[in-house]
Formats: sequence, structure tokens, C-alpha cells
Amino acid sequence: MKKTQIRLYLLMALICLLPTRAYAMHIGEGMLPAKWSISWGIICIPFIAAGFCSIKKRVTAAPKVKILLAMCGAFAFVLSALKIPSVTGSCSHPTGVGLGAILFGPTATSVLGLIVLLFQAILLAHGGITTLGANTFSMAIVGPIVSWAVFKLFQKVKAPIGLGVFFAAALGDLCTYVVTSVQLGIVYGGFGKFMAVFALTQIPLAIAEGLLTVVIFNILEKYSKTELQELEVL
Amino acid sequence: MKLWVKNTILIVMVILLAAIPLWVCRDAEFGGADGEAENIIYELKPDYEPIFEPILEPASGEIESLLFALQAAIGSGVVFYGIGYMVGRKNGVEKV
Repeated sequence: MKKTQIRLYLLMALICLLPTRAYAMHIGEGMLPAKWSISWGIICIPFIAAGFCSIKKRVTAAPKVKILLAMCGAFAFVLSALKIPSVTGSCSHPTGVGLGAILFGPTATSVLGLIVLLFQAILLAHGGITTLGANTFSMAIVGPIVSWAVFKLFQKVKAPIGLGVFFAAALGDLCTYVVTSVQLGIVYGGFGKFMAVFALTQIPLAIAEGLLTVVIFNILEKYSKTELQELEVL
Repeated sequence: MKLWVKNTILIVMVILLAAIPLWVCRDAEFGGADGEAENIIYELKPDYEPIFEPILEPASGEIESLLFALQAAIGSGVVFYGIGYMVGRKNGVEKV
């Protein structure tokens, strides 16, 4: 016990001593060349369009789920405003899109993610208008797809639902930042450099996001069972 | 296990996850990473020029934190409105 503890401290100390320059948020305004900015934007369009259709279909089929949809968007709003310190000595924030993906599927969540990104890009100079496409692709498209797929997989093998929710949210969060490093890596090279910092910074945050998503899911499971059954989550 | 017990344990775990780095990496800067990101890019490609500048930039760190707080406040307002609505609805149904 004691020995493993010491080892753990040493590892943490080592991580902190590493020269880290963390980039663990969205890609900043103007930081991608024009052709990439435009390409990522175009790639996102079909997903967003599908998202609007999916939301419309869900809401007409069961108007009661509207409040859940609003809560999913709001949850992403809260989580992406929380910059949390990580073991690498820098801060990053969770994405909060896992919950939406679990409840409403990936495309509907793309729309929610886009709203969050727009707010941050326009008012906070966080992320950017030109990089909106790239950031939407990582946070609002790939992240939710991963979350949704992981959740469905856990559902299929009949794992406890809390476990599925946790891994769906945590892995979706982690993958978002992996995609961001790929996006930067293909333009500037040095994929490993972006990744090394990313993976480390984001791991504890991904766990935090997983846990928080379970917290809210527990509440929904108790008080909104019928809606979750309508959405085929339970 | 009761719902509130389960959720309290989970929330305490999240707080620990956020607090441990502060304690372990006491000398770290915990900087907002946006600017540092750009440093890596400039290091890899020194002649890069951003193709666009932000339209609106928060006038200071204070204003920025105001906007972030606002974002979190709006979000949690909606989340807890929803929770309150659901709890009330469930209790109402059970009473009838």
C-alpha cells in the first residue's frame, strides 16, 4: 500500500516536472489556414442538417422531451464554462456533450454543441468563427458519436447503466481532444506533441465529465423515467 | 443506496479530481491554454499569421470571467429548472 502510494506520488511529480505547454481547448480564431477552416465547415453541414431534422422528429413525436433537450444543451453550457486544473499544471474544460448524445443521439447533439461553440466564439473570443467548423467537428460531431456508440455498446452487453453513461461521456470527451490534436497535427505536423500534452491534461477531466454525467443521469432516471423510455435510453 | 448519497459521493470525487492537481503541482501556472496553444503552432511554423482576428474580445480578465460565470449560471439555471419541474411533476402525480 505504502509503496504504491510513493510510486504514485513520484509519477505525479514526474508529470508535473515535464515541460508541458498545454493546449487543451478549442482551436483559436484564425489559427487554421483558410482552406482547412472552410473544409471543416463544409464537412459539418450535413451533420448539423441531420441534427435539425432529428430534433424536429423527436419533438413532434414526443413534445414532452423538449425539457430534456433544453437540459442537455444547458448541461453542455455549464460544463464547457468550467475550466478545471489538471495534473499537467494547466487547465482545460469538459465538453458536456455526452449527456445529449446518450439521450438524443449524435446528430441532435451536434446542434447543441454548435450553439455552445458559437456563444464562446462570438462573446468570449474562445475558439473562433473561422475555426468553428473544426471545433464543431471535434466537439459536436466526433465526441457525441463516440459517446453514443459507447453507450449503445454497453447497453448491448447489458452492463449497468451508470457504467455505460460514465464511459460514454468520458471517452467522448477524450476523443474530442484527440481529434483536435489530429486537426492541428495535419496542418502543422507535430501530432505527437499536441497529443502528448492533450491526453495527459484531458484524462482527469474526462473522468470528471463522466462522473458529472452520471450524477445528472441518476436524477433523470429517477424523475423522468417515462421520457427516457420514450427516447429508448432505458 | 439513496440517490442523494450516490450523487454526493460522485460529486466529492469530482472535487478531489480538480483539487489534487492544485496540491500536487503547486508551482504550476494553471494558465488558460488558448495562448499557449498558439505558441506550439508558432514554434512549429514560425511564419504563420492568423487569417482572422476575434471580432469581440473581452476587455479584461474580469470581463471574461464575468461571461464565463454567466454561461455557467444560465446553463445551471436551465438544468435546475428542469430538475425542479420533474420533481414537482412526479410528486404531484403520486399525490393524485
